[in-house]
Amino acid sequence: MSSVTLTDIVKRFEAFTAVHKTSLDIPDGAFVTLLGPSGCGKTTTLRMVAGLLDPTEGEILIKGRKVNDVPIHKRNLGLVFQNYALFPHKTIAENVAFGLKYRGVAKEDARKRVQEALDLVQLPGVGDRYPKQLSGGQQQRIALARAIVIEPDVLLLDEPLSALDANLREDMRVELKRIQERIGVTTIFVTHDQSEALAMSDQIVVMSNGRVEQVGPPEQVYNTPASEFVANFLGASNILPARHVGSDGDAVLLDADTFGRVAVPAAKAPNLASEGPAKLVIRAEKLQLAPSGTPVNGELAIDATVETVDYQGQAVRYFVRAGHTQLQAINMIDERPFSEGAQVSLRLRPRDCAALPAS
Amino acid sequence: MSVERREARQPWILLSPALVAVTLLLFVPLLFIVVYSFWLRTATGADQAGFFLDNWNEALTDGFYRDILLNTLKIAAITTIVCALMGYPAAYFIARSRGNKAILLLLLMLPFWISYIIRTMSWINILGVSGAVNSILISLGIINEPIQMLYNETTVILGLVHFLLPFMILNVFVSLDGIDETLEDAAHSLGATRWQSFLEVTLPLSLPGLAAGGLLCFVLGAGTYITPLVLGGPTDAMFANLVFEAIITQLNWPLGSALSLMLLAVLGALVAIYNRYLGMAQLMKGLG
Repeated sequence: MSSVTLTDIVKRFEAFTAVHKTSLDIPDGAFVTLLGPSGCGKTTTLRMVAGLLDPTEGEILIKGRKVNDVPIHKRNLGLVFQNYALFPHKTIAENVAFGLKYRGVAKEDARKRVQEALDLVQLPGVGDRYPKQLSGGQQQRIALARAIVIEPDVLLLDEPLSALDANLREDMRVELKRIQERIGVTTIFVTHDQSEALAMSDQIVVMSNGRVEQVGPPEQVYNTPASEFVANFLGASNILPARHVGSDGDAVLLDADTFGRVAVPAAKAPNLASEGPAKLVIRAEKLQLAPSGTPVNGELAIDATVETVDYQGQAVRYFVRAGHTQLQAINMIDERPFSEGAQVSLRLRPRDCAALPAS
Repeated sequence: MSVERREARQPWILLSPALVAVTLLLFVPLLFIVVYSFWLRTATGADQAGFFLDNWNEALTDGFYRDILLNTLKIAAITTIVCALMGYPAAYFIARSRGNKAILLLLLMLPFWISYIIRTMSWINILGVSGAVNSILISLGIINEPIQMLYNETTVILGLVHFLLPFMILNVFVSLDGIDETLEDAAHSLGATRWQSFLEVTLPLSLPGLAAGGLLCFVLGAGTYITPLVLGGPTDAMFANLVFEAIITQLNWPLGSALSLMLLAVLGALVAIYNRYLGMAQLMKGLG
């Protein structure tokens, strides 16, 4: 059963269309991420589900009930904001108990549930403190406790990790996913951070300019991008013009710039229909640099020159030139990285490539 | 000189012009007034220097002064409450309006471009015997004779509200503007209605601004003498009018000094109580 269903949702602000006709089906208990750059419509979509915005067109169903005209305080949703939005004049316990008060939960029962929620977010002893006495990460845990203590039908998270430091953000991401799995609540998570989306989601909804570009599990969205936008937004990709010239078993054959003929697995070219112009997508980490003259082992190999070396510690990002084409490659560092100006051999396994129709 | 010492001196250098002005123009004259209040006005009209408690005795024991002081505090209190009730919704509206906040604040400041006295006197043209309201009512045939609406306690309060409302709105606005709007969304999403969210979250968080605006309205209202002079009747004198009367009309500076210090002490006590519980920082925010 689906928990949240959006049917042909449109949101216009006067002349500007923030969300074009969008339909989405979010299964019960799923962790679904709306991913995209700022202004792509992800937060607008979340706010419509929350009831903070009215859709211009279309229907929103939560647990099979149409909620377009249901005010936010009757939707039974847990909302977590980027800036925590804890009530500064109330103690942590009062903050967490806030939603229970409006659900007529008896005092004794409420106290028990508040304590359980605080235990769940691993902050059992802070009930008497005030929000400003806690760190950012702790405040966000409390905001989460406040949202889940009411046992919401859907948990809505609006960039909840963006205000945290990088290290803390990664810890919180694991923590958040653990809590979500434990209570099994259907969750819609909004972020512009691809690594958060890839790490946490059951399904990723990639959005751009108010439209859904692709919906799928993380590996699928990452490995088989449905559009050039998705290929560029998640990870780093090289996108080369190519021609679809036929097929060979379960591979499609592409004649690409620079690399010549490449046999891409058909599963990684699902949108490629007829023969004709196409695009070859090569993930930057799938392009391996090898010293010139290293024996080739069933891979494609072309000669290239290293132009820029961007050292990142465990990995290094190279910009290399092969003919007229500049390519990006991200390699783990084995011994020493190549230096600028080095002549190298670029290696690529065709099965790591994906193909897109020419736009 | 070390950097630390130079930095430690800097605030005092920056403050010194203001400190000189405040000392010469406020504290020194105030000291004169304190000294004056112990002098005595003789039957000939000349002031006799010395240490006499006669003025203080009169100011503190005469029931006339006490009644007017109490009435002054009452008028200031009513004015403050009316300003709070009228100002809060206006401040809320400005704080929550999107693009045109700056224009609304400018409109709020607009009355300050006109002298307070002229603004007070404008009510004569509106409510006077030949004022706008009476003229309209007569021309509509609702009344035959003009109604006497001016020169009573109500018009004094009206004039004070007119004068003080922007101070209230500004203070409440500053307070509301600093409250994160997502707090109300959060309360709302947790099951509170819009009104409940306001009562539970926004109102308590804006109380410091309301208190600052209230203090300002009360102190300025209680210290006024122009409004009762222009819009009040013969029995509507406020305490500052007594000071004015003693010093300007009767030329009795010693008694006027004692009376003015009495008002200063009462209002000063109020500010001290406010400072004790809420701190002056909020008031400064509202003024700046």
